[in-house]
Amino acid sequence: MGHHDDHGHHHEHDGYQAPPEAIALRVKALESLLVEKGLVDPAAVDAVVDTYEHKVGPRNGARVVAKAWVDPEYRARLLDDATSAIAELGFSGVQGEDMVVLENTPEVHNVTVCTLCSCYPWPTLGLPPAWYKAAPYRSRVVIDPRGVLAEFGLDVPRDKEIRVWDSTAELRYMVLPERPAGSEGMSEEALAELVTRDSMIGTGVPKQPGKA
Amino acid sequence: MNGIHDLGGAQGYGPVYVEPNEPVFHGDWERRVLGMFPALFATGQFHVDEFRHAIERMSPLEYLRGTYYEHWLHAFETLLVEKGLVTADELERGQPASAKAASPALTPAMVDGLLASGASARMDEEKAARFAVGDRVRVINRNPGGHTRMPRYARGKVGTIALDHGAFVYPDTVAHGKGAHPQHVYSVSFTATELWGKDAAPNDTVRIDLWDDYLEAV
Repeated sequence: MGHHDDHGHHHEHDGYQAPPEAIALRVKALESLLVEKGLVDPAAVDAVVDTYEHKVGPRNGARVVAKAWVDPEYRARLLDDATSAIAELGFSGVQGEDMVVLENTPEVHNVTVCTLCSCYPWPTLGLPPAWYKAAPYRSRVVIDPRGVLAEFGLDVPRDKEIRVWDSTAELRYMVLPERPAGSEGMSEEALAELVTRDSMIGTGVPKQPGKA
Repeated sequence: MNGIHDLGGAQGYGPVYVEPNEPVFHGDWERRVLGMFPALFATGQFHVDEFRHAIERMSPLEYLRGTYYEHWLHAFETLLVEKGLVTADELERGQPASAKAASPALTPAMVDGLLASGASARMDEEKAARFAVGDRVRVINRNPGGHTRMPRYARGKVGTIALDHGAFVYPDTVAHGKGAHPQHVYSVSFTATELWGKDAAPNDTVRIDLWDDYLEAV
């Protein structure tokens, strides 16, 4: 088991709990039953895991953002029909079938959530982090977005609109953050390195050029 | 249903805990649960909204205590038994009652193609859109006991149609085997003050994706 917390001190307040061994055994029993019944091929399970552990992740989304920063025509296509524009870079599929890209501007800061479950744009951002799926974020970001963003280190001026997108349907949202000042002349590849996962959720902003 | 899953606007859950250098999976059991998801969906035996509803039907205590992949495990077990793919006894004993009866719907060779294509819920509309961008609408006050994607914090609130996303499968029926009944989904913009009262930041908004049937003209 990769993550054990014997003290359990953050269990009470974050909704995240390291699983007891019983859960691992239950999963093993279920999979072996399904394999024996001929319903599941464990090699197919391996292939799915490999995809999301090693091939799909927020570096995909960062490439989309960087391209939009350097290519105005791509940016226009991305904002008009995100699913097609993202597919141009080879990213598509499960939990990204119908994408919408939200453009941050000097007037609007976008942030995404799924209050009812944990919907998230897998092809561009990978699987969601635990906090995105847990009760504190899902409950609070709609009623207290400024408080939540402050916990992430973002202070949004009160005259700027925070626009929270609750993905209650099958649209999957990704934020196009503002290109950081001082990034003029940087290559698309170098720009992609500035794009963080949280900047595409809306709980962060891109890294500043020249900083780690 | 007015379940524990419907968390928007609830208070008391504390600060957001961001795990430093979080791995994609916290243990091998999480990998197996994630991987079983497309393998089981490929059987065509259950719909994603049935899956969500199986999670919504968890006891509130179990829901809050359990992590994301525990919710999934619970939904697998629930639906496999309800659909007759395994019996409760088999699940209990971890042994099949009879010899191998099926062949896996998802083979390794199919995985890349399936994950890259996905399964869009977009469909041709069954009924025309009743609203247009800019229209003022109210979310109806309804409390269905089954599956719905109409969060409680939006009910009775007035907003403006910001986007028409086109027509999608209707979760309230498809989750209960009552057909897809595709209808328009809109991104509806609500002011924070409409949702939460006058103490909310005056410029902030929340956009919620809502199906045509969830709305009425103002």
